[in-house]
Parts: sequence; C-alpha cells; structure tokens
Amino acid sequence: MNAGKIITYFLLILCGLVMVIPFFWMLTTSVKSQLEVNKGNVGFSPVEEYDVYREDGKEYYITVVKEVGDSSYVHLFNEEMKMIRSYAKVANQNIHHEKKFKLHWENFSNAFVKVPFGRYFLNTIFVSCSVVLGVMITGSLAAYAFATMKFKGQNFLFYLFISMMMVPQPVYLIPSYVLLNHLGWVDTYYALIIPWIANIFTIFLLRQQFKTIPRDLFDAAEIDGCGRFRILWKIVLPLSKSVISTAAIFGFIGSWNSFMWPLIMTDSPKLRVLQVGLSYFSQEASTQTSLLMAASTFSILPLVVLFLIAQKQIIASFASSGLKE
Amino acid sequence: MKKRKFDYGPYLYLLPAFIIIFVFRLIPIVLSFIVSFFEWTVTGAGAFIGLENYAIMIKDHEFWQSLLNTFYLVIFVVPVSLFLSLLFAVLLNSIKALKSFFRSVYFVPTVTSLVAISIVWKIIFNQQTGLANFALEKIGLEPLGWLAESRGIFQLIFANFGIDLPSWAGGPSLALFSIIIMTIWKGLGYNTIIYLAGLQNIPISYYEAADIDGAGKIKQFFKLTWHLISPTTFYVLMMTTITTFQVFSQIYLMTGPPVGGPLGTTKVIVYFLFDKGFGESNNLSYASAIALVLFVIILSLTLLQKRLEKKVHY
Repeated sequence: MNAGKIITYFLLILCGLVMVIPFFWMLTTSVKSQLEVNKGNVGFSPVEEYDVYREDGKEYYITVVKEVGDSSYVHLFNEEMKMIRSYAKVANQNIHHEKKFKLHWENFSNAFVKVPFGRYFLNTIFVSCSVVLGVMITGSLAAYAFATMKFKGQNFLFYLFISMMMVPQPVYLIPSYVLLNHLGWVDTYYALIIPWIANIFTIFLLRQQFKTIPRDLFDAAEIDGCGRFRILWKIVLPLSKSVISTAAIFGFIGSWNSFMWPLIMTDSPKLRVLQVGLSYFSQEASTQTSLLMAASTFSILPLVVLFLIAQKQIIASFASSGLKE
Repeated sequence: MKKRKFDYGPYLYLLPAFIIIFVFRLIPIVLSFIVSFFEWTVTGAGAFIGLENYAIMIKDHEFWQSLLNTFYLVIFVVPVSLFLSLLFAVLLNSIKALKSFFRSVYFVPTVTSLVAISIVWKIIFNQQTGLANFALEKIGLEPLGWLAESRGIFQLIFANFGIDLPSWAGGPSLALFSIIIMTIWKGLGYNTIIYLAGLQNIPISYYEAADIDGAGKIKQFFKLTWHLISPTTFYVLMMTTITTFQVFSQIYLMTGPPVGGPLGTTKVIVYFLFDKGFGESNNLSYASAIALVLFVIILSLTLLQKRLEKKVHY
C-alpha cells in the first residue's frame, strides 16, 4: 500500500462517516430517554447518568431542584419517566448518583402507538403497490407499442410523452388539485393512486429494453400463430425481467417516499400515508426528540432493508435515470 | 393482394398510459394557465382577472425574497455538490477493495425518505439538544442558532472581525445555510453514482497511454478525465440545478413554526406557492401564476441545457 492509497481510503472513510453519522445519531438518540436528551446528554453514548432516590426498598428517578442543608427538593419520576411528585423534600443520604447503560427500546413502541403508524404503513404499502402494478401494466403496454409497432403519430406521441416528463411536479400540482377537486377525488385513495399509474420514465426505460429484442423472434412467433399480446406476455416480458424489476423498484421507492402530493391531496387522518403521518407527528411531538428519532428510524427501515437486499439493482436503476438517449 | 385494414392495435396498447398522461399531466399544465387568469379558490372559478396575478407578483416583496432564497440555495448547493460528488467518484473509481461497500454507504441517504431525514436534521440543528452545537461545544466553539438564525452567514463571519456588514450583503441566513448543508448531504450519493458511471465509461486504454507518456495521476485528471467527463458534469449540473429549484419538503419540515424560517429567510419559491395555494389565503390562482413562473425558469434552463449540450459533447 502506497501513500496515495492510504490517503484515498482515509478520505473515503471520512466521507463515509459524514454520510452515516446522521443515521447513527438518529439510532442512538432513538433509544435514549427524553430526560437524558433534555439534560443535554446528546452525544453518541447510551450511558445515562442520573440521580436516584432510594427508600424502603423503593427506587425513583429524580431531578434535584435545590439543595437545602442535608436534604434536597427533588422531582420524583417512575420507571417510565413520568413525574409522580414534584418538589418533594428528601434526605441527601438517600440520593445516589449512578451511571447506567440503558437502551430505551420502549421509545419505538411508544412512538408507534402515539399516532396510528400501523395504519400509515398499510396505506403506504397499499398505495405504493397499486402504483407500481399500474405503472408496470400501462408502461409495458405503451413501451411495447413504441418499440415494436409502426403507427401514425408515433414520433409525435413519443416526444409528447418525453416533454411531459420534463415538467416538474410543483408546476402541475395546483391545477392537479383543481382537477381532482372537480372530480371529487380529493381526500380519496384515487387521488393518491390513479394519477401515478402511468410513468413516462418507465415507458422510456422499457422501450429501450424491448428494442434490443431481435425482430426475428417476433416473426417466428407470428408464424407460429402467436398474437401480439401473447408475444408480449410469453416472449418480451420474460426476456426483460431485470429491467422490469429495476423499474418496479424505482417506482416503489418513488411512491413510498412521495410527500408533497399526498400532503396536499389528502386531509383526513385515515388516509395519511407514512410520510404525511410522520410529518404531522413531527409537529405534534416536536419536543419529544427521542420519540421522533424512533419514528424516523422505523419509517426508513423498510426501504433501508430493501436497499441492503437489492443494492446493486437499486444503484443501477438510479444510475440509469441519468442515461441519455 | 388484400389491402391492409387500418391497424388499431398500437393505439389500444398506448391507450391506458395515454389517458393517464393526458388527463393528469397535459390537462393540468393547460389548466394552470387558465387558473392563473381567473380568481380561483377551492370552491371554484371566479371572475376573469387577466394578468393581474402577474402584476401583483412583480410588486410582491415575498415573491422576490423567495426567489432570492431559492437562488442562494442553488448557488451554494450546486457547485459544492458537484465538487464533492466528483471527488467521491474519482476516489471510488481508483480503488478495488470495499468499492461497492463505500458506494452503498454514500447512497443510503438517496433512498431514504426526505421527511424522515428532514426530521433528523432538524433535531441535529436544534440549539439545545442538537448534535451540531454539541460538536461545536466539544471543540471549544460558541454554539450557533442554526435554523433559528436569521442573520446572513457572511454577516456572522464578518461580525467575528468586528465588521458590520449591511444585511443585503449578508448572504443566505444561517437557517437557510443549514438547509443547504442538509440538501447537499442528501443529494451527494446520487450525483456520485452518476459520476461513477461516467468515469467507468472512459476507456482504460486512454489512461494506459497517459501512463506511458509519463503523466502523473493529477495531471491525468485535469488533462484527461475532466474533459472526458464533461458531458456527465453537464448532466449533473443541470439536474442538480433543476431539482434544487424545487426544494420543498426540507423547508416545510425543518424550519418553523412559522414555516419559512426566521424572518422568512428560508422561504423558497415552491414553499411560497404552496403557502399561497393551500395556506390561509387559499389563493389557487396566484399560486398557479407562481408555478408558471417556476415553469418558465426551469424550461429555460432545460432549453439552455439542450443548446449547450451539443457544445460539450466531443
């Protein structure tokens, strides 16, 4: 190993740490008690320092308010850090300063039930899966037409699609709301799913793939009496598995993470998807940082797991979004 | 030979996608012009007002401030992100061991939701319980106001030397600068991957030739890689610029209440249009006009890209 290599790895590790530290801190904060966070113990260590008050075999967590002679005024807390008495006067000899390694996993369950995250998860899974399914169906049909058929207006339609892809979401957000409102779809699942079941990028990606399939294969199938749809179903799609899964993953991640659209198009709590629910939770529980960190952790967990399973494919699918014609 | 009948097939295959794109893309885009010319709230259309919204916009201080804030965001995020992602990619491209490991590590922020990440960064920048001030304290520096600080970063820097900068020269507020840091961090992995793909497309024989000519690694980078990678640089530049113009979620989640940061210094154009359309005033018409201005900005950038693209391709 030469000096250049060492510097390279040093820089890579340094950059890696910068990318990872926010996540790592999220994790360590998510298992801390709020009391600990509020005391300013916000480093990475889960070791807690606190005062306890013991008497008659009972133990309470306390915060010392003021020392007066050989006794102190303290706030008493129970196991769950709920205050049970304020300004109690206790003898100093019963107060012990302790350090303890404790992980507060209960933050996760507390956050999960504080607002109906279960419902939010189900909504998100339902919406994302429906969107991906729709995108795959409309996308493979359209891509099949563009890639293998000749018809009037083909180029015009293709460039119309591509130019629609260039229009950024904030531009059509307001009129979409006006339109959906007119259709009576605002605050329904329709608003979350239907406008998204065709994806121009997917059509584009699949078209590129379908074009690589040799024409001879189609001709042979046609001679055997295969109809167009059977060719798509029996030949084209099975040959395009990897691109299809790439597009599906890409669509799923996009749908799972979408925020501004569902924020605007839905209102009632039972229709909230995960991102919207999390955003409302962050307003409601803005001071409860450890709960917020726990909620953030479990809401990114499914995608991080998906990413760890299919890293290569996911990175490739994002890289292909930078492909040019 | 029998004359072939008109083939409806292709249109049937296109129909499902076409209906969705026509109804939910094309119509809204046309509709946005119409909405911006009428009085329009959630209850529906009102009187025709022509270009009044645009006249109001030109005089609207808030509009110009949000445009300036967006401009700050772009000016800071784009160059830094480009520089860092190219550096990451070049470093990654030069190693073999652990390459895919590092690549994945850099990429995690790209797949994770902006909402969760914004919440995490909001807490990182929290004045009392945040990691940022905790780190400053550890290295013996004064804590900062971060997301609550409305003074400009240049103003803050110069204040250390006893120089009082006027607020127009203050640059983005520290609050907006915190958003800038987070936005760079979030987008870095994606740009690195695009750069890495670009670097891997450069034929290895070029480098072998350069090696024979005795060019050092640094010289190779500036004389060879930098030129060959320029189409990728161009793509990354345009994409990052266009996406940075549309930043919304981190503003909505990280600054406030009231959203828009201290003295409105983090209010960006998309947040501004969101606020006008769905906030108290519920003025969908004005919001639509703002959206169209954003559209014109992004469209001109895209067209500029198309024009310049021909020049950077060798």
